[in-house]
Amino acid sequence: MLLTQTQDADATTSEATSAIQELSCDEFLIFRLGKEEYGIEILKVQEIRGYDTITHIANAPEFIKGVINLRGVIVPIIDMRIKFNLGTAHYDQFTVVIILNLSGRIIGVVVDGVSDVIHLNMEQLRPAPEFGGVIDTEYIIGLGTLEERMLILVDIEKLMSSSEMGLLEQADK
Amino acid sequence: MSTDLEQFYQIFFEEAGELLEEMEIRLLELNIAAPDPEDLNAIFRVAHSIKGGAGTFGFTDMTELTHVLESLLDKLRKDELELRSEMIDTFLRARDILVNQLNEHRGEGSADAAEVAAIISELKALSAGEVADEEDASTSVSSMPQTASSPETVSVNEEVIPYRIEFNCADLSKPVMDKLLSDLAQQGQLEVISDPADEAVCILRLATAESEEDIWESLAFLVDPAHLSIGVDEQPKQPIVEQAKAEQIPVSSEQQEAVSPDDKVPTSALTQKTQIASKPPSSSQRKSAASHTGSSSSESSSIRVSVEKVDQMINLVGELVITQAMLAQTASQIDPVIFEKLLNGLNQLERNTRDLQEAVMSIRMMPISFVFSRFPRVVRDVASKLNKQVELKTIGEGTELDKGLIEKITDPLTHLVRNSLDHGIETPEKRKALGKPAHGTITLRASHQGGSVVIEVMDDGAGLNRKKILEKARSRGLPISEDISDRDIWMLIFEAGFSTAEVVTDVSGRGVGMDVVKRNIEGLGGRIEIDSMIGKGTKISIRLPLTLAILDGLSVSVGDQLFIIPLTYITESLKPAEADIRTIRGQGRVVQVRGEYLPVIALHEIFNLEPVVKNMHEGILVILDAEGSKAAMFVDALVGQHQVVIKSLESNYRRVAGVSGATIMGDGSVALILDAVGLVNVVKRKITHAA
Repeated sequence: MLLTQTQDADATTSEATSAIQELSCDEFLIFRLGKEEYGIEILKVQEIRGYDTITHIANAPEFIKGVINLRGVIVPIIDMRIKFNLGTAHYDQFTVVIILNLSGRIIGVVVDGVSDVIHLNMEQLRPAPEFGGVIDTEYIIGLGTLEERMLILVDIEKLMSSSEMGLLEQADK
Repeated sequence: MSTDLEQFYQIFFEEAGELLEEMEIRLLELNIAAPDPEDLNAIFRVAHSIKGGAGTFGFTDMTELTHVLESLLDKLRKDELELRSEMIDTFLRARDILVNQLNEHRGEGSADAAEVAAIISELKALSAGEVADEEDASTSVSSMPQTASSPETVSVNEEVIPYRIEFNCADLSKPVMDKLLSDLAQQGQLEVISDPADEAVCILRLATAESEEDIWESLAFLVDPAHLSIGVDEQPKQPIVEQAKAEQIPVSSEQQEAVSPDDKVPTSALTQKTQIASKPPSSSQRKSAASHTGSSSSESSSIRVSVEKVDQMINLVGELVITQAMLAQTASQIDPVIFEKLLNGLNQLERNTRDLQEAVMSIRMMPISFVFSRFPRVVRDVASKLNKQVELKTIGEGTELDKGLIEKITDPLTHLVRNSLDHGIETPEKRKALGKPAHGTITLRASHQGGSVVIEVMDDGAGLNRKKILEKARSRGLPISEDISDRDIWMLIFEAGFSTAEVVTDVSGRGVGMDVVKRNIEGLGGRIEIDSMIGKGTKISIRLPLTLAILDGLSVSVGDQLFIIPLTYITESLKPAEADIRTIRGQGRVVQVRGEYLPVIALHEIFNLEPVVKNMHEGILVILDAEGSKAAMFVDALVGQHQVVIKSLESNYRRVAGVSGATIMGDGSVALILDAVGLVNVVKRKITHAA
């Protein structure tokens, strides 16, 4: 069913489909940014922790909050709410930081909350439609549907290594 | 089956490399007029060990060269030839070629075949030089260490000792085993007591004139030394063989059943019972193991560990120290009366972590003799090239510093020593004319001073010529006043392209290098200083931090953040008077410090922070001296001096301008380490731009 869809879809969506097929796993960690639900591949997640003291870095973009000490490793922290302009960027004891391990690089992202880990079948995945949204579809693997929920699956590695993030050199694939 | 041998290649390469290094040191130590026979023996043994190892692995080119070398050394140590200084030169060259050959087998670099042939014929000529009738010795393939002549004479001249050799051959393949047996058979009369083909333990009897040590050496490359025992078999020959054959079979098969090859107890117990050897094998085994330990104590008292493993451990201990500091800070807020036991425990933890950290850091530490040991050769070669007589003295070889630093300091030091040789030390004639001893002295001294290591290169040569350097500086258009201090003048020689040598030689004089030396040393967080007196000599001191992983820093606060300034760049800190602060065109600010106008780096502006102190005369100025340019850094307050563990910011993030790294403070927070050189240069550009 997915394949027939792909054939008459445009170039961007066929790219997105191939991104779906390249997925290394089909389990996703779901987090909230404002009212939207996003998913990232569970294998990219190292741990989830609270938000604590951060050392600011001069002249960094606003969404890069600074660096923290994660058991002796200096880890940069990115606030996804500021980056995507979603939700309100306030910090309290419920603020959650997802620590990601992207090809050996460790990065923390601040989100509104983490809900659950879900399993998605190929049938539940849809290619991302082409529209100008807060997030460039280039970084969206696809949309997942689970009952009434729509989950935006983010290619976190591609997003973080993009030049607009200015976070890291192109990660080795 | 080649893979079986290949796993031993690496061991051979490492051991041969070490042996060759030892050979060089011994050669350079040799007193030509009256060579110590012990030194000659040691050099001979080294050559012999390499030959044995190379032969085992089929590196015939190395065997050939070491063989010729060995023949000549053998004559020397038996006083058949007299040691001459050109022999040492030839030996050193032969050693270099062996190093090349070894590298070639490793797959890196190559040895020049013509050079090899040349050195072999040269060695043969030296060896044939005075004793013509010994020519056959150089052609005999298996030259005996004790006897230079052919193996037939062994039984006549030397006492043949029957040895009993036991080792575990379960994991040796058939070709390796055959090779080993044929090697041993060359050394004397070999009897195989238990058949190696189907037994886990191979027992051999070897009647030979060679020493126990020599047999060890020929076996050690192939057989795990832990499962090897060599003892003197004191029983008369013939009856034992039969008895042993009869008795040994059940023993060995029993051992095969027991699987564990390490378990030697049943063997020794049984052999003892059957009275095969008058000495119980277990004790002779222990004795030989002990004697072997004695002969090569460095081998058994150290282990090879990969640097990554050590670094991982250092990281973990660093984290432990941070955790401990966090605990201590939390504990300082609790009631000491109620929690007395907890606090006692924490105190003990603090002591233990500190000891542990010191112990772990010391693993990476290596004595500086690793660097110094290469200089006798450098000095010898360069001095003979320049026709100078130079003696090298080294002091404080035991001073330890980080392995990473050891590797990086070698090149700058070599450069300084070569420079001293070329520019510092005068020719013997000139020295005599000046009333100095004909041979110059270069002294290398290493010592600990506080938290740093100081390495000094001293020579008693001509010293730096103030006038010449001034002239040179002026001719290059450097604005220099007449009353500049000596120390500042000496620093000019570190400028790129600055050389006062009249003649450009292939040793030095091109003016490239001193600037590189300075940059390399500053890159290591070190400083370089020169003291010189014309006609008396020059002393160049290098001050280095103990390790690359730890930095001495001053923590300063700006707004709510802490920054670390590396201590090596700080000259002083002061509270400026309001009148001392001026502006240039209303943009760049400068501060007057003792008649000098220094550009001001306002840290809060660079890092976009809200400072607590806004007026410069209320805050603190830290005067930085980075690569010769000075600047004043404006901060809110000084917090304290720390030793901080340097953490990379780039490994997970990217390079940040003005920041060279990060560290973790006692409370677990992150502080950025400032890149003093970068900041000073940015401000300098800004000021020049404004002006």
